[in-house]
Amino acid sequence: MTQLLWLVGPPFLLLNGVLIIVTYLTLLERKFAARLQSRVGPYEVGRPHGWLQPIADAVKLLLKEDIVPAAADRPVYNLAPIVFLVPAFLMYAAIPFAQGWALADLDIGLVFVLAVSSLEVVGLFMCGWGSNNKYALLSAMRAVNQIISYEVPFILVALVPVVLTGSLRLSTIVDAQHGLLGWFVFYPVLGQFAFVAFVIVALASENRIPFDIVEAESELVAGFRVEYSGMKFALIQLAEFVHLFGVACLGTLLFLGGWLGPGPAALGPVWFVLKSLVLFLVIIWVRWSFIRIRVDQILALSWKLFLPASIALLLAAGAIVAAGGGPGA
Amino acid sequence: MSAPARTVVEYGYGGNERLVMNMGPQHPSAHGVFRMILTLEGETIVDVDPVIGYLHRCHEKLGETLTYVQYPSIASKTDYVSAMTAELCYVRAAEQLGQIEVPTRAQWLRVLVAELQRVASHCLWLGTWCMDMGGALGGGATMFLYCFREREMILDLFEALTGARLLYGFHQVGGTRYDIPAGWADKVRETVAHIEGRLPEYEALLEGNTIFLVRTQGVGVISRELAQEVGVSGPLLRGSGFAHDLRRVDPYSSYEAFAFDVPVETSGDCFARYRVRMQEFRQAIRIVRQALDGLPTGPISSRPGVKSIGQVKLPKGEAYTRVESPRGEVGIYLVSDGSTKPYRMKWRGASFSNLAVAGHILPGHKIADAVAILGSIDPVFGEVDR
Repeated sequence: MTQLLWLVGPPFLLLNGVLIIVTYLTLLERKFAARLQSRVGPYEVGRPHGWLQPIADAVKLLLKEDIVPAAADRPVYNLAPIVFLVPAFLMYAAIPFAQGWALADLDIGLVFVLAVSSLEVVGLFMCGWGSNNKYALLSAMRAVNQIISYEVPFILVALVPVVLTGSLRLSTIVDAQHGLLGWFVFYPVLGQFAFVAFVIVALASENRIPFDIVEAESELVAGFRVEYSGMKFALIQLAEFVHLFGVACLGTLLFLGGWLGPGPAALGPVWFVLKSLVLFLVIIWVRWSFIRIRVDQILALSWKLFLPASIALLLAAGAIVAAGGGPGA
Repeated sequence: MSAPARTVVEYGYGGNERLVMNMGPQHPSAHGVFRMILTLEGETIVDVDPVIGYLHRCHEKLGETLTYVQYPSIASKTDYVSAMTAELCYVRAAEQLGQIEVPTRAQWLRVLVAELQRVASHCLWLGTWCMDMGGALGGGATMFLYCFREREMILDLFEALTGARLLYGFHQVGGTRYDIPAGWADKVRETVAHIEGRLPEYEALLEGNTIFLVRTQGVGVISRELAQEVGVSGPLLRGSGFAHDLRRVDPYSSYEAFAFDVPVETSGDCFARYRVRMQEFRQAIRIVRQALDGLPTGPISSRPGVKSIGQVKLPKGEAYTRVESPRGEVGIYLVSDGSTKPYRMKWRGASFSNLAVAGHILPGHKIADAVAILGSIDPVFGEVDR
């Protein structure tokens, strides 16, 4: 019995913790965007500052009619939101929130996280294809184009800390960032370049503005999720936020020193979540200030700029380590 | 010299599978109710079939059934984003028919509100255009809300002047219906100074952004020849290298008394049209200041105020007048049979003629460019369909 509890308990807590954080991330984004646009944002539902708004939204979406288009490919259409959501949650399985606070602190943690993270594209394409809608189909094609183009530089940039520490285990990567200015983002020159590249490429592989041509509501209405309504729509929205926060967590682990921070070790998870939130805020700050870039320009940017740049960063990291100048040295 | 007819561009890549996609009339960037039937190859538009008429309200017939006193308030519903210039065009046609003098103060008031309206209209254009390119859930919406914040201030001014926020009924045959209320002039000065201060912020936000530049420069080029052939007017024409502005070439309502520049850009792309309109913001504000400084005293109308709907009777004849609206040349052809209503009214909408260029420039562009180009044309569908 206790064994079963140990088996089920931590994942249960983690799932719900992530869910609560992500639910309130939507409110955070809305308030943040509102301030940026000289508005107030959600306020009335749960005074003050609309703290009940995410709950109200979820309830509203739950109560909506679930419409399946007559021409849709039903199995694909119905399965797609789940295929979209599960990999997003799987990422958290290998993410350590503090020293020893991980469901599975795998030796190849980074590889696992990147692998399940890129499974997103499968669910996305299923959404677009199963809807049997031209807007959705175009959006799905764009998504495949874009995500595949950007996964390559994304992985290459994520490998820079790996080369510097010599480990794929996420907790080892964090441990290597001990000390004042030990975070990889503070690593002279290379760290800053790699971090900026990571954020930009993460934006692109997450389909966020300025790279959100997949959603592109002014062109493709709502892109791949144009035919989804009710709870399926909510699942897709949720998956996007879960995935985005997962990438913010990954960025925190790789570049921002993970759970390391002043104060007792027990504060580790707090530091971790705070740093991830800051990274998340940077991403939505960009979102609400930029306009969207065109599909061919996005691809050109990936293959002509980000891919060579990320290879150069990786080579530079390799050269530093080969010269015996790694952070451990 | 003739512009090429709409051509279907052949792209040679494999498969050659075409997709016909319906965009509109219910679409986030339809700017009202525009419908485009796009033929796509991948993401590239090879042919476009524009469909209009979803907002047709029989305005020309309506003009025949309403009197010269009634119709000015309805005229504002054609181009509802620039109601002041639409009304102005109608009352000018009636005045020309009846050879009615307009007092100088009324003429200056008309210039004042027309230029304020131009600022408000361009605010709406900039906001919606950025939303087309930037998305309703992104930077575009931010720009949109900034622009609407400024537009709101001008609508407040109009509300103080006429009691209405969108469709004013400010003009009447022979002059204007309202004089400016006490303290209004100072508020106008404050508002235009505020907006003038915000313009560099917008320019910094947009022109300092490489993404904005690559999305607009070289996109949707209207050549000089095409502009002439299709008959576009307003900022589109000036963006294609013609310094043609009715306020300058055919001054009306005392425009000859004002000092202003006609901004011209030569590249003819979306960015050129954007630059022209940004300069027009400043020129309009300049005219507003001059109108406030030199506003003559005297009556605001050569005819008595509205007492009955049939009080304006015009002699037999016909007249054509045109004004420079924020979107270009708006013209009204009015035929009178000597009664209190026109016998026939023909409305030349600037948006209608401008939109005609879309079919020529869209093929060869991506879908994303289509919405950027459409936004840069700045059509108002009330005026296209009438």
